[in-house]
Amino acid sequence: MHILILLFYIVILFAVVMLHVAYATYFERKIIGHMQVRMGPMEVGWHGLLQPIADGVKCFFKEDVIPENVDAFGFRMAPVVSLAAMVGALAVLPFAPGWVIADIDIGLLYIFAMSGLASYGVILAGWSSNSKFSFLGGLRSMAQVISYEIAMGLSLVGVMLLSGSLNLTTIVEAQSGTFGGMYIFPQIIAFGIFFVAMLAETNRVPFDLPEAEAELVSGYSTEYSGMRYAIFFMAEYVGMLVMSALGTICFFGGWSGPFAVPFFPALWFVLKVYAFMFVFIWIRATMPRYRYDQLMELGWKWLIPLALANIVVTAVCKVLF
Amino acid sequence: MFIPIYFWYSAFVIVLCGLLAISLRNPVHSVLAVLVLFFHMAGLYLLLQAEFLAAVQIIVYAGAILVLYLFVLFLVNLKEELKVSAFVPGVWLGRGIAAGLFVLLLWALPSFTAGMKGSWPSAAVTQAGHTKALGAELFTQYLLPFEIAGTILLVALIGGLVLAARVGQADRTEKTARSAGQETTPQPREEQS
Repeated sequence: MHILILLFYIVILFAVVMLHVAYATYFERKIIGHMQVRMGPMEVGWHGLLQPIADGVKCFFKEDVIPENVDAFGFRMAPVVSLAAMVGALAVLPFAPGWVIADIDIGLLYIFAMSGLASYGVILAGWSSNSKFSFLGGLRSMAQVISYEIAMGLSLVGVMLLSGSLNLTTIVEAQSGTFGGMYIFPQIIAFGIFFVAMLAETNRVPFDLPEAEAELVSGYSTEYSGMRYAIFFMAEYVGMLVMSALGTICFFGGWSGPFAVPFFPALWFVLKVYAFMFVFIWIRATMPRYRYDQLMELGWKWLIPLALANIVVTAVCKVLF
Repeated sequence: MFIPIYFWYSAFVIVLCGLLAISLRNPVHSVLAVLVLFFHMAGLYLLLQAEFLAAVQIIVYAGAILVLYLFVLFLVNLKEELKVSAFVPGVWLGRGIAAGLFVLLLWALPSFTAGMKGSWPSAAVTQAGHTKALGAELFTQYLLPFEIAGTILLVALIGGLVLAARVGQADRTEKTARSAGQETTPQPREEQS
């Protein structure tokens, strides 16, 4: 019985997240449209509200093209690996008190593990496509994820030190639910590092070198079409959601807000996550892309040393005060 | 009931993936088999309530080390397989030796006995949290071995850096010597004789 209830929760979470993904694309196109003084999607439904559904149906019914000289097994598996890893990471996110599927003690490490796994999908796609553009995209993504994963992990060590736990629910509770208790204030440097690393981990602008359209056509997803391409897209948006949620939990006090909301305690959490998503899109409409050597220099020469210094300072402060 | 099934499933997949990793022709496929193997190892750690170890297994081995293996495979780009001369003459002799080793291993297996009970039986670990127990033990009782292991890793790191720097320097001096040589001695050697 217990397992059935759990399965029910999982299905609900999955459905809600997929709906979120569909409308996140709409959200992004509308925001970028208005920032560039365009209207964005307008044709399907009122102000284009049904556009994501039309896109989904279109992708679903397209022919599943598998080019001739690809490594068929890898080519088929790559999108699935990407999406499965990212959806797996959703299991440990606490959306509200008690609204979490697996309240495990290593939640933070689990998310790192899953986001590391997601890079395999991209690498596999790049390699198995048997195309130079895809391959270069895959290699870039691999180097980028390895470099920035370290910075991201180190930036969250400060949060672990302050809360004394890896459990995401405990981290939220340790921030005491007040405005001043949020870890953004004592850990402002860590948040800066986390934010940059988060953009790089999700392959978003200004770190979207793996799919730099001016040089690599579309990077690792060049050879993909139809539903498999759409699955890569879903993985990217679920990844954005997971990273936004992680930022909200670790630095902005998770579900706590100025007043409790009846019936829907996750409201503040959702609002904070969408604020994060908005910034993601805002940056995409604003920033140019980094050059590759600049990307590596930023990751290894600035973010990692800064994160290490932050850990030392946090540990010393915690012992002294 | 669930736990033995899970154990046997994981054990089976680990053995299967191990076999696949050494028998698949494509090295990238072998790496992927090892990836699946690591995940099931992590599953076995979870069965033993070693959550931290399971997470680290995936982050370090699957997330970092295997990715580096893939990197090397991609950059080297083996067009043809390396042919190494056989270690033992005859295929069946080799198989016989392998089977003999396996039987020897099975024969030695019953002589394993459970070690001494430490200060952290699994009930105590569950109560304190695996990460906390591991950290406390590592940084108090085993601090010296921990630091020694850290130093050894640091030595390896610096050694790698020194070697890389030396190769880079050699390349550079060679290049400058070559370009300088071209400038100073444009005459071919044949004229001297």
